[in-house]
Amino acid sequence: MRRAERLFRWAAMKKTALCGIGLLCLAGTVCADTGGRLLATGGVTNIEGSAGGGIVPWAVLSGYGARGEWGGDAFATRVDTGDYRLDAFGASLAFNNRVELSVARQRLDMDALTKAAGLPHKSLNQDIFGVKLRLFGDLVYDRLPQVALGAQYKRQTNFLIPSLVGARRDSDTDYYLAGSRLFLGAVGGYNLLVNGTLRYSRANETGLLGFGGDRRDSRTLLKEGSVALLLNPRWVVGVEYREKPDNLSFAGESDWQDVFVGYFPSKRLALAAAWAELGEIATLEDQRGLFLSMQLSY
Amino acid sequence: MRRQLRATASVALILFGLVGCAASPAPENDSLYQAMGGQAGINRVVEGLLYQIADDERIVHHFADTDIARLQEKLQEQFCVEAGGPCVYSGDSMADVHAGFELTEADFNALVEDLIAAMEAEQLPVIVQNRLLQRLAPMRADIIYR
Repeated sequence: MRRAERLFRWAAMKKTALCGIGLLCLAGTVCADTGGRLLATGGVTNIEGSAGGGIVPWAVLSGYGARGEWGGDAFATRVDTGDYRLDAFGASLAFNNRVELSVARQRLDMDALTKAAGLPHKSLNQDIFGVKLRLFGDLVYDRLPQVALGAQYKRQTNFLIPSLVGARRDSDTDYYLAGSRLFLGAVGGYNLLVNGTLRYSRANETGLLGFGGDRRDSRTLLKEGSVALLLNPRWVVGVEYREKPDNLSFAGESDWQDVFVGYFPSKRLALAAAWAELGEIATLEDQRGLFLSMQLSY
Repeated sequence: MRRQLRATASVALILFGLVGCAASPAPENDSLYQAMGGQAGINRVVEGLLYQIADDERIVHHFADTDIARLQEKLQEQFCVEAGGPCVYSGDSMADVHAGFELTEADFNALVEDLIAAMEAEQLPVIVQNRLLQRLAPMRADIIYR
């Protein structure tokens, strides 16, 4: 006990010294502390730039800011099916564990289809501006699960191909309601994260093929979900599902699913790998492949 | 349309059914106490936790006026009780102890991280760590922003 008390006195002195160093650090973000939320509670970043799983936005806010703190992240993701390659990158800011603002850019390369069909563009692109508001609850502690309302304004930036296959508009907004909960020790003593998201959208292939179509031009309610098991504070495995609309008659649009593993070596870095089953995309069937994502956060 | 409605209702149930457990009743048995290595194991975790806090510039200042010997004793009792061990907690209520400290969410989480580090150092399995955290988590409402 003596030793512990001495340590505390020494720590108090060290604290004073560190405060001095801390002042020097104010100018640079290099030695800024990470936020006060627990490891992995910001999830990773979904392909549309919102904190969540890989393809589903969750109710959690990006980064590690607790009440009264800022958080945020930057991410890059690649999904490669052989016929298609999706690259997404972006950044987000969250304040007070309450509101999240995000921006992301997506590029879908489709060399195979371009050659086969003689298309005028090699890629489809869109920009996504997201906002997410935590309505109530807490991922881990409150009586209520964490519930958030979000919107993603999407702008398809080369609309020629989408318009030729029947898409009605080149920009639109998705709305979603997400609920997330971490159940401590729920499965064989391991922590379980459950997320359900309801999305109201008419985005074709997340918006890369525009919004609305010849078959249907109104938004539909789409169900999305993720379940993740935390093997320890740093390793997570799980599955995701995302329902998709089917607005265009030229090709079917399949629901998406994936199995993933996430690695959180620190609050600064997260890595995710997944096997994604994407079904039919713009007339090419059985699209599946590896999903890789990296996220820097604070 | 009907199918859509039914499916929507089921997702809504998932969304709002994720309600966690309220404050924990006393443990049914001493299996967690045993899994932590009895009182000796618990004492090692508490000592490790105090060292972690002493090294944690985020929160150590909150303990500047704390009687560390007494804190150590009360934590040993409390963890023992929460683990289902044969102890009586003789300290004050969580709400009283933390009143006036204005502890934040971030402070609370910092202590959780220190506790996890202390349990990792004792090489307690993750599922044992989770059980203790699950016992302590409901106390958060009595600890922060008091």
